[in-house]
Amino acid sequence: MEQLPAVAATRLNSPRSWRLPRVRLSALARREARQGYLFISPWLVGFLALTVVPMVATLVFTFLNMTLAQEEPLRFVGLDNYVRLAHDARVWASLGNTFKFGLIWLPVSILVPFVIALALNSRYLLGSAVMRTLLFMPYVVPFVASVLVWNAMLGEEGWLNTALQFLGWSKPPQWLFDTTFIYPGLVLIGIWGIGAGVIINLAGLRGIPTELYEAARIDGAGWWAQLRNVTVPMMSPILFYTLILGVIEVLQYFLVPLVLKNGTGEPGGTTLFYNLNLYQTFFTFQDLSYGATMAWLLFGIALVITLILFRLSRRYVFYAGER
Amino acid sequence: MRRAILTVAMSGVVIAFLSPLGYSALLSLKTEEQISQPNSPILPSDPRTFDFQGETYSVYFVPIPDGSTRELALFKKGRTQSDFIDPANPAAGTITWQGSWRTLSQPWQLAPQWGNYAEVWNDIDFPRLLFNTVGLALIGTIGTVLSCTLVAYGFARFRFPGRGALFTLLLATIFLPDAVTLIPTYTLFVKLGWVGTWLPLLVPAFFANAYDVFLIRQYLLTIPRDLDEAAAIDGASAFRILRSVILPQAWPVIVAVSIFTFVYSWNDFFGPLIYLAGHEDIQPLQVGLSHFNGIYHTKANLIQAGNIMTLLIPVILFAIFQRVFTRGIVITGVEK
Repeated sequence: MEQLPAVAATRLNSPRSWRLPRVRLSALARREARQGYLFISPWLVGFLALTVVPMVATLVFTFLNMTLAQEEPLRFVGLDNYVRLAHDARVWASLGNTFKFGLIWLPVSILVPFVIALALNSRYLLGSAVMRTLLFMPYVVPFVASVLVWNAMLGEEGWLNTALQFLGWSKPPQWLFDTTFIYPGLVLIGIWGIGAGVIINLAGLRGIPTELYEAARIDGAGWWAQLRNVTVPMMSPILFYTLILGVIEVLQYFLVPLVLKNGTGEPGGTTLFYNLNLYQTFFTFQDLSYGATMAWLLFGIALVITLILFRLSRRYVFYAGER
Repeated sequence: MRRAILTVAMSGVVIAFLSPLGYSALLSLKTEEQISQPNSPILPSDPRTFDFQGETYSVYFVPIPDGSTRELALFKKGRTQSDFIDPANPAAGTITWQGSWRTLSQPWQLAPQWGNYAEVWNDIDFPRLLFNTVGLALIGTIGTVLSCTLVAYGFARFRFPGRGALFTLLLATIFLPDAVTLIPTYTLFVKLGWVGTWLPLLVPAFFANAYDVFLIRQYLLTIPRDLDEAAAIDGASAFRILRSVILPQAWPVIVAVSIFTFVYSWNDFFGPLIYLAGHEDIQPLQVGLSHFNGIYHTKANLIQAGNIMTLLIPVILFAIFQRVFTRGIVITGVEK
């Protein structure tokens, strides 16, 4: 990186400038650079072949009439796929479901690990290390097994409803069969995997310098004021990182309902998420071009939300020190 | 006081959090009959029976007119009155009881059905699924560790134009939705004839990934350069330095990445689902389990036995290596 400005400057002055980068690097530095590229080449090749080329190909597909069987002759269709997308009620319904679910899931998936980490970090808690390990454990339970465990747990005879009945709710909901309770049910299943989030939050909390709390206490700050004025600002980079990853993840959410409902979208179309729709367009209907168009819409939405969040983060996220 | 309240509350949270595992484990050991009975005990149990003269009779709690309750075996069923015998004293003959036996409740005895596990083991051909899962996880782990170590070494120890930008690009791939590359990649694998083989799941592992490269690079940056510089002066090649100087010092992170990748690969569902659809003989556990659920969804005990069998190995690995897990997550999650 450091050499680049020098290279640019010489390029303007010399007719043979395109060779100059090599001339400017000493023989030793050239050898080092060559070896560096050689060692990162597995990633470079993979990145080109499995990320860049497929991304461009996906974009090209959106302007064609490609299907997996390709019975019609392949041709350029302009913006037909985009026009179809704009008028596809199923697409917008599935996108709406994804957004609705995201609006419930994202706050939960950020707040719950944060609050649990706060509790685990408290000096008043006994057995914090053991609890941390136990709370992390479900994170390693294989995906399908965890979904099927919860399928039973949320069932009529499951312990959740047994507990709710014990607490006085005589007719607790049929979580996974009720259009009102399906999203809370899916959120419960999701919460089981927050172990990693707890660990990340906990590490962040432990990284906050104790002097900051001492200074706050000297200024007379209570528990809440310390949380608001020290903990949350110091944790904001981690919360922000969790939020960005959470947005990308929730936009692609569909595997849990795929296993639970076999892709039917039951109950009442609530689990027809955007990515399920995309998956079915591609694998069931084998419509490559339309699937690709849906994929680029998803990518575009993810990009716009990420950029907006980064813009907002300048105001709300506090990076301590040289960062 | 504060200490007691917080500790008790958090213990409650932990118990609630783990209760689905307990529920699944207990369910996996029950009989279908017990699951279908609403007020059956929480532990896997059988209704108590009594064998008499070569026949098996169910035992019931029978209220006796004097106000006490006795456990008697139902000998002869009747609508308004039934004959019972006393298991403690069968020779005394039958006792006639007025009332419908259907209103009586049964005593249960603990009877875990370990046979459920044997049944699932055979029904889904568990050994083959296990072999496929371990095979995929092992080869994938070898590919990931090899490629990520090389790439991380390249980023950590060599200066080359564009290094910073390329590393940023590598990290940016974490935020890329898979859908935007899936369709051409899948189509390519179809054209290559790889769909229906393990290749689409294994080959990409040999091209490194952002998380593990980052993890290894961060570790390599903490290893002092003195030794590799000394080796370089002695004329050792870059590859030789990696093998003889860096790797012996980097084994903690190599172990961490290996265990991580192994468990992640064990838990992968979507990849095997799309690339191995219809090829039962080469599918891993997770896909087998979801098929099994599709066929046997009415048999909750067997489903849960399958779940417990699938989750046991990752959970045991985690229990052994839990420090490695948490450290790795902290590095990729916090330091980036």
